Amino acid sequence: MKQFAELAGVFGYLSLLTVGGGMAAFPELKQLTVETYHWVTFPELMHYYSLGQLAPGPNMMMVASIGAQVAGLPGAAVVLVAFILPTGLLTFGIGRLWNRLANWPWRPAVQRGIGSVAVGLVLAGGIVLARGALIGPFYIVLAVVVFLLLIRTRINPAIPIVLSGALGLGVYFFS
Amino acid sequence: MSKSPAKPVALLPLAPPPSLWRLFLAFFIMGGTSLGGGVIAYLRTGLVVHYRWLDDEHFVELMAISQSLPGLNATNMSILAGDRLRGWPGALVAGLGMCLPGASIMTAAAFAYGIGGDDPASKAFLRAIAAGAVGLVSVVLVQLGAKMLTEFADYIFVALTAGLVAFLHVPVPVAMIGVGALAIWWHRPRKAGPGKVAEPPGKAPAP
Repeated sequence: MKQFAELAGVFGYLSLLTVGGGMAAFPELKQLTVETYHWVTFPELMHYYSLGQLAPGPNMMMVASIGAQVAGLPGAAVVLVAFILPTGLLTFGIGRLWNRLANWPWRPAVQRGIGSVAVGLVLAGGIVLARGALIGPFYIVLAVVVFLLLIRTRINPAIPIVLSGALGLGVYFFS
Repeated sequence: MSKSPAKPVALLPLAPPPSLWRLFLAFFIMGGTSLGGGVIAYLRTGLVVHYRWLDDEHFVELMAISQSLPGLNATNMSILAGDRLRGWPGALVAGLGMCLPGASIMTAAAFAYGIGGDDPASKAFLRAIAAGAVGLVSVVLVQLGAKMLTEFADYIFVALTAGLVAFLHVPVPVAMIGVGALAIWWHRPRKAGPGKVAEPPGKAPAP
């Protein structure tokens, strides 16, 4: 029971940090799930995150994997509800207030201020992920190639990610 | 487009709001087919182009709300669009439909990982896709930055936030509220007209 309460608390809190995208919560996600509660190891967390990039829908559904690993299906359910419900209600409420906020003189300031912080948080998440994932020249080259492919072309991001995995497998089998 | 009404009239009339079941199904399909991120693009194609439930103007407005609030953009968008179309039950079924496919797949992935995750071949695969994911995050970052950052000071707020969190291990809420307050204050509304534009330097160091 205590474990479910902890899962709910942690993921409810993490959901509030996902401004600008799920990646913004990644540093704190690592801190809490790996270092504080030892629910997953850092490699496991990275693996789930990257697998999550291949799954359809919102990009942080990988939180369900952590819940499932800790406490099976009920764990996944608790984590999902905790992760989605608080911000969902907030969005629902603000969505209805929005028309009244439209003429609020501070609104552009808030939007721009939050925008910069959101980009900064995504950058921090990227740095934390990169420190764990780019563990050798091969992985650095992979990341750079995927970056260039995605920034230059309009292909579906799942394609280069699956291809990197295939390359990793190829290198494993032929070396 | 005529200017007399507050909003420009869409060229094609919008379709009538769907039933709750249709709404759920539409979001479930979009949630299940939007592979590789970029769900927002799938949502626009579905809601604006295919079903014609929203016009572009509304879509962009909902997107602005989604992005300035915590929560996953795709989930927030679904909740707002669902509310717009069918009130709170619509928000509920749209949000559920969007999240269910990915959540089920990732729950199943955890069980598969428990069975085969330690195999050296799957490790090789997973390590390589993690590197690929870093490339993807960098692209998202560049695109997000191009859209959100308009002046030099914004880049300082970005560097400050990222530095505090990733290197000095400042808790995210502290960095978020601290730098956020500074950035909002920097962009604070000013009275129109000639005035001194000189900004107090704040405490932002060089990036």
